[in-house]
Amino acid sequence: MYTAEILAQTLASGLLMGCIYALIAVGLCMIWGLMEIVNFAHGDMMMHSMFMAFWLWSLFGIDPLIAMPLIMVILFVTGVLVYFIIIKRVLKAPMLAQILSTFGLGIFLRYLAQFLWTPDSRMVQEPWLDGRIDIAGVFIGVPQLAASGVAIIAFILLYFFVNRTELGGALLAVSEDREAASLMGINSDKMFALGWGIGAACLGVSGAMMANFYPITPEVGLLFGLIAYVAVALGGFGSIVGAFVGGVTIGLVEALSGVLVAPAFKYVFVFGVYLAVVFIRPQGLWGRY
Amino acid sequence: MKTRKFCATVLIITLSLVLTGMPVCADNPKEIKIGAIYPMTGGAAQAGWDSRQAIEVALEIINTTKHKDLGIPLADTEGLPNFGGAKISVVFADHQGKPDIGMGEADRLISQEKVAVLTGCFHSNVTLTASQVAERKQIPFYNFESSSPRLHQRGFKWFFRSTPHDETFSAAIFGFLKYLKEKHGAKVQTVAILHEDTLYGKDSGTIENDLAIKAGYKVLAVIPYRRAATSLTAEVQRLKALNPDVLLPTCYAADAILLAKNMKDLDFNPPIVVAQGTGQIDPSFVETLGASMVEGISSRNAIGPDLMESIPKLKKANALFRERTKAAGKERDFSGPSVRCFQGMMALAEALSRAKSLSPEDIRKAIQETDLKTDQLVVPWRGIKFAPDGQNMFGDAVCVQWQGGKMVTVWPEQFATQKAIYPIPKWADRK
Repeated sequence: MYTAEILAQTLASGLLMGCIYALIAVGLCMIWGLMEIVNFAHGDMMMHSMFMAFWLWSLFGIDPLIAMPLIMVILFVTGVLVYFIIIKRVLKAPMLAQILSTFGLGIFLRYLAQFLWTPDSRMVQEPWLDGRIDIAGVFIGVPQLAASGVAIIAFILLYFFVNRTELGGALLAVSEDREAASLMGINSDKMFALGWGIGAACLGVSGAMMANFYPITPEVGLLFGLIAYVAVALGGFGSIVGAFVGGVTIGLVEALSGVLVAPAFKYVFVFGVYLAVVFIRPQGLWGRY
Repeated sequence: MKTRKFCATVLIITLSLVLTGMPVCADNPKEIKIGAIYPMTGGAAQAGWDSRQAIEVALEIINTTKHKDLGIPLADTEGLPNFGGAKISVVFADHQGKPDIGMGEADRLISQEKVAVLTGCFHSNVTLTASQVAERKQIPFYNFESSSPRLHQRGFKWFFRSTPHDETFSAAIFGFLKYLKEKHGAKVQTVAILHEDTLYGKDSGTIENDLAIKAGYKVLAVIPYRRAATSLTAEVQRLKALNPDVLLPTCYAADAILLAKNMKDLDFNPPIVVAQGTGQIDPSFVETLGASMVEGISSRNAIGPDLMESIPKLKKANALFRERTKAAGKERDFSGPSVRCFQGMMALAEALSRAKSLSPEDIRKAIQETDLKTDQLVVPWRGIKFAPDGQNMFGDAVCVQWQGGKMVTVWPEQFATQKAIYPIPKWADRK
């Protein structure tokens, strides 16, 4: 029953999905690495960027691919605003207050979407990126392939930004030691806002790309958000490479266990791998702590 | 000290005498309260909204004489004729698709809102828990649209269901398959069952499996999946590897859309797809995917939308529903669940009128004695009459199919408005 073709198809599907998980996780990882705050509104912010892509397409006929830079900018600004309006106030508060503030933001965003746009599922029909490629019986969706490509490019850019530029260095410095960085003249407030902006902008990219092929509902962010947390924890909190590897691993485990074992168990394997990693290496694969 | 104790005792005795002596309810109340628990938020909130509109259309028909011409019981009187013209009001509650919240809301509606009857909850698993509360508190629970057979098999005294359930529905699916085999020469030897993993999907999967074996088909796999999955590619790949003649999916709306997308992405082409309603017959299914993606997909349904043209009473009721949904923000036709909800509400009101009392036992008895005939209904059922287990014995189902973006009735033959498409066009052959 399991021919080479099926295995190849499974690997391809898993990789494609994994890259998308990874891009979502990278944004979450930025925020955590910088200030050790878990953004529980992550999935819901992505849902809003998907809705943005949908409405730009539906009302103005702008293809999600064209809308992507715009959505990225809007999400960047949103991220910065979220930092100044909510996060800054709870920075020194107990961890529980931080968790609840982002959690509350997530619920607010979800029900706002439900209120504004009803719970109907929607979809961008006939986007520019459509159809599929058939490589010797292995089908690869064009929008999924493009989304994975964009995810990889975004990841590489982000990696170089953080590790090779002065601003990125400043970000790293703040995440290493807030006070020492302040003494060196780095404005940690601005860096935090930048981190939130970039984290949210990643969601703008992933949301716009996913709008090409994924049904959009106010609930869509829930499981994607959860998987992003697992990816980040798997890869190691604060490591961008780790988050990417974590995302891809989850995509592959999900696809392989679903086909080889039984679909009903696919999340058992995903979360099982996560638990195994946490037992053996609590800081995650690439974690620093 | 003694005086104080004495005073307190007198006070308690007087109060208890006064309170117990007071009539619990007036003989001719102006209003009968019904509690309706639906998913107003969460993944199935659209269904909850639809149900609410359907119930409110029914209330307008029952409580006013605006729609006399409808020709169904209670349309030509104001309020309940046998109950001093009492009007019905409905208190809505939100269960968010969660059984525990449904249970809490049932409790609140009975003890605080003092409702006479409970109804809801769309999701079978929520109806399951909410009706347990009603059973314990001895208040009738009248379900309009949940389809898990388990609900009426619990030996409950206070549970009633006007809609046919998944065994009736599944029988329609296999009736349709037999028809395809005999009249279209379809190859029906192997089936694969795919279902979501809450009560609705699990029960549907079990019954379909039993019926398939009974009908002599080979069941290649029964695959459950998580309703809130991010992707169904693994499930679809497994199905593709099995290559069944027939795919029998049981989905809610969002996952039905995801399934169709993943089937296209992976080029999975089963020649026959017959769904267990809900997801594949939800208006959002075609709105979201477009006509070409859904072509040829069949489903059992309580009713085909084309029957709304051929049954005059239904046509009128649907016009009222469109009017109301338009005023509420989004014009919609009756869907399978919402038309059953409307019919259920009308039948419940008819029973309340006969009950002539707010006592739970009188209401229960009146519901049990319901005997409505086809010409008193808007749906094409043989009637509404409850078996001792609380299940309507005369509900029927049809099979519908998406053809050119329209849902048409293809089975049974006496109701069919179009010939069934067989096989479903392959993805490569579609535009």
